[in-house]
Amino acid sequence: MSKQLYLSSSPHIHSGDSTSKVMRAVLYSLLPACAVAVYFFGPAALTVLLIATLGCLATEVVCQRLMGQPVTIADGSAAITGVLLALNLPPSSPWWLTLLGAVIAIAIGKQVYGGLGSNPFNPALVARVVLLISFPVQMTTWSLPTPFGSGLDLVTTATPLGEWKNAVMLTGQMPPELQSGMVDYFLGNMAGCIGEVSALALLLGAGYLFYKRILTWHIPATFVGTVILFSSVFWLVNPDKYPNPLFHLLTGGLVLGAFYMATDMVTTPVSTKGMLLFGVGCGVLTVLIRLFGGYPEGVSFAILLMNAATPLIDRYTRPETFGTSRQGVRS
Amino acid sequence: MAQHIGAPAVASVEVGQSVSKGQEIGSAKGFVSVPVHAPTSGEVVAVESRPHPWGTSLPAVVIKPDGEDSWSMDLQPGDPGSLTVDEIVEKVRLAGVVGMGGAAFPAHVKMSPPPEKKISTLIFNGVECEPYLTADHRMMLEEPERILQGVALLQYVFGAERVVIGIEANKPDAIALLEKECAGAPVEILPLQVKYPQGAEKQLIAAVTGREVPSGGLPMDIGVAVHNISTAAAVADAVLFGRPLIERVCTVTGPAIREPKNLRIRIGTPLSHLVEVCGGVTEDPGKIVLGGPMMGFTQLDFDVPAIRGTSGLLLLRDEDVDRQEEGPCIRCSRCVQACPMHLLPTTIAAYSRRDLLAEASEYCAMDCIECGSCSYVCPATIPLVQAIRYGKAAILAKKRSS
Repeated sequence: MSKQLYLSSSPHIHSGDSTSKVMRAVLYSLLPACAVAVYFFGPAALTVLLIATLGCLATEVVCQRLMGQPVTIADGSAAITGVLLALNLPPSSPWWLTLLGAVIAIAIGKQVYGGLGSNPFNPALVARVVLLISFPVQMTTWSLPTPFGSGLDLVTTATPLGEWKNAVMLTGQMPPELQSGMVDYFLGNMAGCIGEVSALALLLGAGYLFYKRILTWHIPATFVGTVILFSSVFWLVNPDKYPNPLFHLLTGGLVLGAFYMATDMVTTPVSTKGMLLFGVGCGVLTVLIRLFGGYPEGVSFAILLMNAATPLIDRYTRPETFGTSRQGVRS
Repeated sequence: MAQHIGAPAVASVEVGQSVSKGQEIGSAKGFVSVPVHAPTSGEVVAVESRPHPWGTSLPAVVIKPDGEDSWSMDLQPGDPGSLTVDEIVEKVRLAGVVGMGGAAFPAHVKMSPPPEKKISTLIFNGVECEPYLTADHRMMLEEPERILQGVALLQYVFGAERVVIGIEANKPDAIALLEKECAGAPVEILPLQVKYPQGAEKQLIAAVTGREVPSGGLPMDIGVAVHNISTAAAVADAVLFGRPLIERVCTVTGPAIREPKNLRIRIGTPLSHLVEVCGGVTEDPGKIVLGGPMMGFTQLDFDVPAIRGTSGLLLLRDEDVDRQEEGPCIRCSRCVQACPMHLLPTTIAAYSRRDLLAEASEYCAMDCIECGSCSYVCPATIPLVQAIRYGKAAILAKKRSS
């Protein structure tokens, strides 16, 4: 035989899946949320999305060039970070804030650790929290949605969670009308980060990821479930002060966080048990921060804290090796 | 002469000698070893090292067939009713019967468990061990009588209370046929979930009995013995007809073969002949694999012979050979979900590649059955099982030297 044959250790076939295919699917799944963002917040949202995404890509190129590494923006991971960062910013973010966020996300959140797969924290959330702490005014200036073509400029207001926190701090009571707009909250017709407002759009994208088997139920279900259960306890004890679980679910960044940020593969546990624990931890921390913390919203902090706990969780939730359980009987 | 796990046989014939079909041409060396027999009648033209499917040259006896294909006159048919257990096991050993699933472990060793290990469940593996292979399926459809004769013999040898033939649920024809053939016999036909590696011994036992073979242990530790259905047929041949193991069913398939077929082949047939019988290749293959796509061995060319463990010959095209560049692990956990042994492949592989052998062992590297599922699913195309295989070998080498 004249031709060179491939000799290799088995297996000789592969599923054909690749990291960039996974990343591409995640990007597609974010399209509905991006579309809703642009619909509700107009050109402002589009600008934030573009600056964040291009900023992340550019930062990745610069970092990898500086470190003399091959440029890997084609794998799509930097673009995802960019889109997720944008979705986690207020629509009125000035361009420099968005760009700074992009640089922080990729340079400090990802590349200093060694790039894709090595970062302990979700890069987009690192950027969001750095910005939130450094530029509290810009990062908490919210706008009412001004649907495309309505001709309105962005009107400043507070997020539902922010309104609740202010009211409780001032009066100790929750304004009853706060819980009356659930349909609007579900569709996204409220103030908030550009990507967190529409639970509907986010769930659509998540459904696609479930279908593609990129997302598993473990983290989103336990995260959301824990928030619902834990917040119900407070609500049942004092419904005049604490909002109901639906309010927790639909306002703020819970859906975005639970389905897209807390499910970042790199920064979350690998075992099933670990994922469940991670989700529960995120849920508990979110409710505690929302109800008792200094910030009205706690999803980002909760996820970052659990990111920090991930190596520990991985260590203690190693799957039981086949044949090591009690008396060899399958549990 | 190397046809099985354990010590290879030693050639017992000389150049120029004429041999008849079924005559012993290599004698067993030690307990975990079996003799090798002439697959046909003819003249011995060489006793020397020849290229072997395991990747090196190994001692071989080359026979030039005389075309007569005449059986040796020494073969003694047996009457199972009058044979003791020990006599049956000895007949199996003399016939050179090995596990036919692919591993080729001498069957008589498995049939002689230490007396304190009582075998209560006897499982027959009718689960195709790997994708692409259909040899077991054809065996069940075409030779159910031989299989069941072997099943009965093995049941007698082990004195097992429960006898199960496990077949994947996507072979309803085989299930129906064997159920019909077994009517009235104390044999259970159990349809099993279709998944890889269902045919792996430990996974099959778990599926049938709900019990896990302890880590580092053997099936007999939980009172189970597993044999391939083709091994059962070979046992029947050996005991009832005195016929040694000189042929087997081999699946010749893959995108680069013109007419994929299941062939009944004589042990020792050159691969080139198998390819010829299947109409040749559609294009120059990119990879020649002996065995299945998940655990088989690649070959340099078609000049090596089929051996007793050759369950398949798979020809892949250039385009089927995955050559994606390896990327960083994104901790997607697919390998963890895929691992049938509930290991953390990415962790063990990372330790193995850095020669951190103590850590790799601590993460149960030695429990890996090398099924290849982790490498198959990895989106970053990290050679996970390959790295673990290396780690396992290094751990064993270290143990031996210390």
